[in-house]
Amino acid sequence: MSAFATWAWRVVLVIAFLVLWEVASGRLVPPLFVSSPSVVAGKLWGLAASGKLAYHASYTAMHALAGFALGAAAGMAAGLALGRWHRLAEVLDPFLMGFYSVPKIALAPLFILWFGVGTQMKVLFVAMIVFLLVFLNTYTGVRNVSREQLAILRLMRATEAQLMRKVVLPSAVAWVFTGLRLSVPYALIGAIMGEMLASNRGLGYLLADASAQFDTGGAFAALAAIIVLAILLNALVRLAERKALPWREAETAREFSF
Amino acid sequence: MSGLRVVKPAAGSGQPERRAEGAQPLLEFVGVAKHFFVGGELRPAVEDVELAVRPGEIVTLVGPSGCGKSTLLNMAAGLFAPTRGAVRYGGTAVAGLNHSVGYMTQQDHLLPWRTTLDNIALPLELRGEARDRRIARALDLVRVVGLQGFERHFPSQLSGGMRKRCALARLLAYDPETLLLDEPFGALDAQLRLGLQAELLRLVRELGKTALFVTHDLDEAIALADRCVVFQGRPGRIVEQITVDLPPDRDLLALRLLPRYVELTQRLWRRMAPELARASAPERAR
Repeated sequence: MSAFATWAWRVVLVIAFLVLWEVASGRLVPPLFVSSPSVVAGKLWGLAASGKLAYHASYTAMHALAGFALGAAAGMAAGLALGRWHRLAEVLDPFLMGFYSVPKIALAPLFILWFGVGTQMKVLFVAMIVFLLVFLNTYTGVRNVSREQLAILRLMRATEAQLMRKVVLPSAVAWVFTGLRLSVPYALIGAIMGEMLASNRGLGYLLADASAQFDTGGAFAALAAIIVLAILLNALVRLAERKALPWREAETAREFSF
Repeated sequence: MSGLRVVKPAAGSGQPERRAEGAQPLLEFVGVAKHFFVGGELRPAVEDVELAVRPGEIVTLVGPSGCGKSTLLNMAAGLFAPTRGAVRYGGTAVAGLNHSVGYMTQQDHLLPWRTTLDNIALPLELRGEARDRRIARALDLVRVVGLQGFERHFPSQLSGGMRKRCALARLLAYDPETLLLDEPFGALDAQLRLGLQAELLRLVRELGKTALFVTHDLDEAIALADRCVVFQGRPGRIVEQITVDLPPDRDLLALRLLPRYVELTQRLWRRMAPELARASAPERAR
């Protein structure tokens, strides 16, 4: 199928869905539960016109981005350090795996207890989630550098510092981006979750507040804004990846072969 | 290590003639055995290896898979020490990494985030050469291995043969005294393999390099060699050494018609696959 046809089908699908929704609302399902596209659009327009949408979205974006940056930086540093320091990594391994398997949301009440209900709590909560994902990927990346590769370069008189700079770091970067891509939805989950639990601003707050007032249209409007934000964040990471790793682009573009 | 500065076609005959018989061996295995721990038990990989490689000599190692040929290369590179015996390079025991050798393995081990040019220039970069000199040298080598037009490509955009050529160029950029080659042309098609073999032979002769070359290809084992060392069994032992008395600057294509070449490859085939050779013998007698 051509790219145009694919897009055309997508548009058709969205329109069909919206029409079905509009028709069903009030006839098959009470509007209280599902609202309707026209109401949601109206709400969105109202939010946008009053500047509320930009206000709340900017807080959510800030929470997600700041936490993302903080967690990614810490995760990379820790991953590199532990990737090189095998003994420590071996000792810490079961603890890290244990911590990794804790549902992160379960830690939210503790974060509120420690850091209050302000910006700090949301940013740190996001950072904690992103840290784990980026850390694990960076760590794997450092450990996966081929020993044969390193031996060949050592034979060419490469020093340990050169190996770090020219082999270990660049190959870890590829894994870091994998971690970053995986982190995007989690960063948003962290930010929205934090805002829903304890805040008076952000898209998460908007969503929780609308639901609490049985304003289904408002809730769907907030949801739509969250989806758009997620798509934007994803695009941002992909753009950064394409800039940082042009050779990866080449790899995916190559013809299929085993 | 300066030989590589003079890369020019082998038109002249003023090549360094270093293959003096009876010269001091450059690389020497004396009563070498190597054992590995595999699954909790000690397994020998090679036993009783006595082998001396003279400067300027190309020695090929053939034998079935798993008879420890690569193990010998690893010991020559100093990646690990023999369990028994000694590996000597230039008269002294190899202890730690042997920087006088360059290693080319089955996998090309190019850095995927570097272009062809930057991969080739890597050894020069490690040595701390100035950027413009690195690039100039790497461009020379791109021409030597015929990768013009692919200087800015990433390894993932190159074919298997091109990657091999890139790895060969990188090895030449390092300019080691001795080349350790572990089935470098294993997975290439016939014409590409022949081209690279000819290129390798020419470069090794022209630059006066010494080479230890592991291969599974019996024709290659004779065609490129001054001496062909045959391994057999597990642990691997040397069962025969065939001195290849063909001209050192040989034409690999014309070689196939020489009776002496045919004779030598026949001998190697009989050694490697006696039952096959016997089966085909009556047919040849007709």
